Amino acid sequence: MSLFYVVALLSTFFALMTIFTKNPVHSVLYLVITFFTFTVHYILLNAQFLAVVNFIVYMGAIMVLFLFVLMLLNMNEDVEPMKSTLVKVMAVIAGCCLFVTVCGALHLFDTQTPLIEKDPSIGLVKNLGQVLFKEFLLPFELSSLLLLTAMVGAVLLAKKEPKRI
Amino acid sequence: MELSFVIEKFILVTIVFIVSLVVAMYSTLAERKIAGFMQDRYGPDRAGIFGLLQPLCDGGKFFFKEEIIPSGAHKTLFIIGPTIAIITACISSAVIPWGQELTIGERVISLQVADVNVGILYMFGVIALGVYGIMLGGWASNNKFSLMGAIRAASQSISYEIAMGLSIIALLMVTQSLSLKDIVAQQSGFVNWNIWVQPLGFIIFIVCAFAECNRVPFDLPECETELVGGYHTEYSSMKLGLYMFSEYINMFVSSALMASLYFGGYNFPFMNDLGLSPNWITILGVLAFFLKIFAFIFFFMWIRWTLPRFRYDQLMKLGWKMLIPLAIANIVLTGVITVLKDLYF
Amino acid sequence: MQSLTNRKKVLEQKPMTLMERIYFPAIIKGLTITLRHFFKKIPTIKYPEQIRPYSKNFRGQHSLKRDEEGRERCTACGLCALSCPAEAITMTAAERSPAEKDLYREEKYAAVYEINMLRCIFCGLCEEACPKEAIYLDGPHVTADYLRKDFIYGKDKLVEPKFDIRNLNA
Repeated sequence: MSLFYVVALLSTFFALMTIFTKNPVHSVLYLVITFFTFTVHYILLNAQFLAVVNFIVYMGAIMVLFLFVLMLLNMNEDVEPMKSTLVKVMAVIAGCCLFVTVCGALHLFDTQTPLIEKDPSIGLVKNLGQVLFKEFLLPFELSSLLLLTAMVGAVLLAKKEPKRI
Repeated sequence: MELSFVIEKFILVTIVFIVSLVVAMYSTLAERKIAGFMQDRYGPDRAGIFGLLQPLCDGGKFFFKEEIIPSGAHKTLFIIGPTIAIITACISSAVIPWGQELTIGERVISLQVADVNVGILYMFGVIALGVYGIMLGGWASNNKFSLMGAIRAASQSISYEIAMGLSIIALLMVTQSLSLKDIVAQQSGFVNWNIWVQPLGFIIFIVCAFAECNRVPFDLPECETELVGGYHTEYSSMKLGLYMFSEYINMFVSSALMASLYFGGYNFPFMNDLGLSPNWITILGVLAFFLKIFAFIFFFMWIRWTLPRFRYDQLMKLGWKMLIPLAIANIVLTGVITVLKDLYF
Repeated sequence: MQSLTNRKKVLEQKPMTLMERIYFPAIIKGLTITLRHFFKKIPTIKYPEQIRPYSKNFRGQHSLKRDEEGRERCTACGLCALSCPAEAITMTAAERSPAEKDLYREEKYAAVYEINMLRCIFCGLCEEACPKEAIYLDGPHVTADYLRKDFIYGKDKLVEPKFDIRNLNA
């Protein structure tokens, strides 16, 4: 349990560092470390598959792409665009909404009997696969469809428009 | 956790670590020797007999050279870059089963550092992490060539990871397990090797492995003719040495991975018909495994001194338009064959 | 533009055939070629241990010869310096005193004899010009050095060592 608190503290710390650093590249790197602490959380929960997938997809692919874009843009502290008041107000409202949602989720969360204590092997690949392809087949396939749509959209956006003669 | 277990694992980890470092060291010599023989000359042969002390001399040279950190560089990240590269290279060997169990007295010692339930995925994660070393080093150098190298490394590794993952999925459909120990244990003998079931998957996998190791013909991140030295243009001394070393360790580990995924790992033909004691079989198995690994390392070098480098657009075209569709077709094919087999046999 | 020579050929680029586009046959072909070279005999000669035989008329470092009695043959006539196309040879002549009779063969001898090895082109004209058969280019290679002044070889380096048959037997 004490390990959990250490890792949780680290995640919070690095998450805050992500927000508060001025340099965008540092920010991304702190985010990478935050994701790494999440991986540790998953391992503590004995959810090995989720841990590794989080590791591969978020740390190994998505954050690399983020870093890729930031390196290309070469943003510095002094070229940061000024933010208008409207954007700031919107950001505050969005943040509050997120906070309320998280609070509500925490309120609904049944902390008396954690799922992991009922069945410690629930996070292993085999059980996860059974659940995904039996109970949650429809949502699973729908989300894959959603991803496919997003991918097609991205390809269309990236494609050059044919030259008009 | 008992103490003897900890000691056992500690010794195993140390041995694996030392072996991978020594293999990486001598890979540098082997590379130069093989390059020499393929170009009708002897490689380095002055330091020791057959130049066997050459890697030590190179290492000494790297240690005693001047450390230069460019004034415009981001100092912390400049140091973290090679560190990440070498750490990720070293920890990826943890899940590889080097052999069967060894029985000493009452104890049964497993020759695998950690039998992770999702061993292959762990390898993938660590390999994916390795690109950070290159990216950070390239960006922190504050040099255009380094940045170009870093960006190339990032896009290349992401593109080829997808094809690699897809080629592995077809393999997993056959083996039904993510644990490397199980996968190797299934391939006992000679006819059970996965290469006979997944030849196309293996070809895709080896091409992707070349790309992930940044080896010729996919060494665009460090291609000398365009980018001076690529991501390590600004590096000198042991930091450069660490980058080189991590490249060779990666080559060693990916050879081990390919040998254990497709070529039966420590299994060798007629291993159960020899009538030897299990310990002897284990030792022979480890030797066979290393033989396979060295064969793969030789193949890496053989390719290096044969093929020219791809152009960048060719690299991307090969990754996205050839390998990924092929890998998907392979998955479909494997699925169809598996179902047909279940139905009719 | 009309070509001047009428020798211009337009290269026709055919689209690649399927075999070429698969790329694998080409790779395997390349691999066999490199593998064949892997087992070929290597023509390298490992130099310091193994020396390739020199040609008979190899011209190396000069040596100033002695006669049968061990006296220097050179009489400082200056013909070698005159014939030298690179002007590498200088010398100062001196008259032999009676006490030096067993050192120099002729009555006039070279007190200083210098060859600048950076100028010398090892053409061998000095050898041919010498009437006394005193200079021959039969030595080894002239070795590298750090300073220009060290390339000016004096008599200490050029005159061949005294040959004494008694030392040989001992």
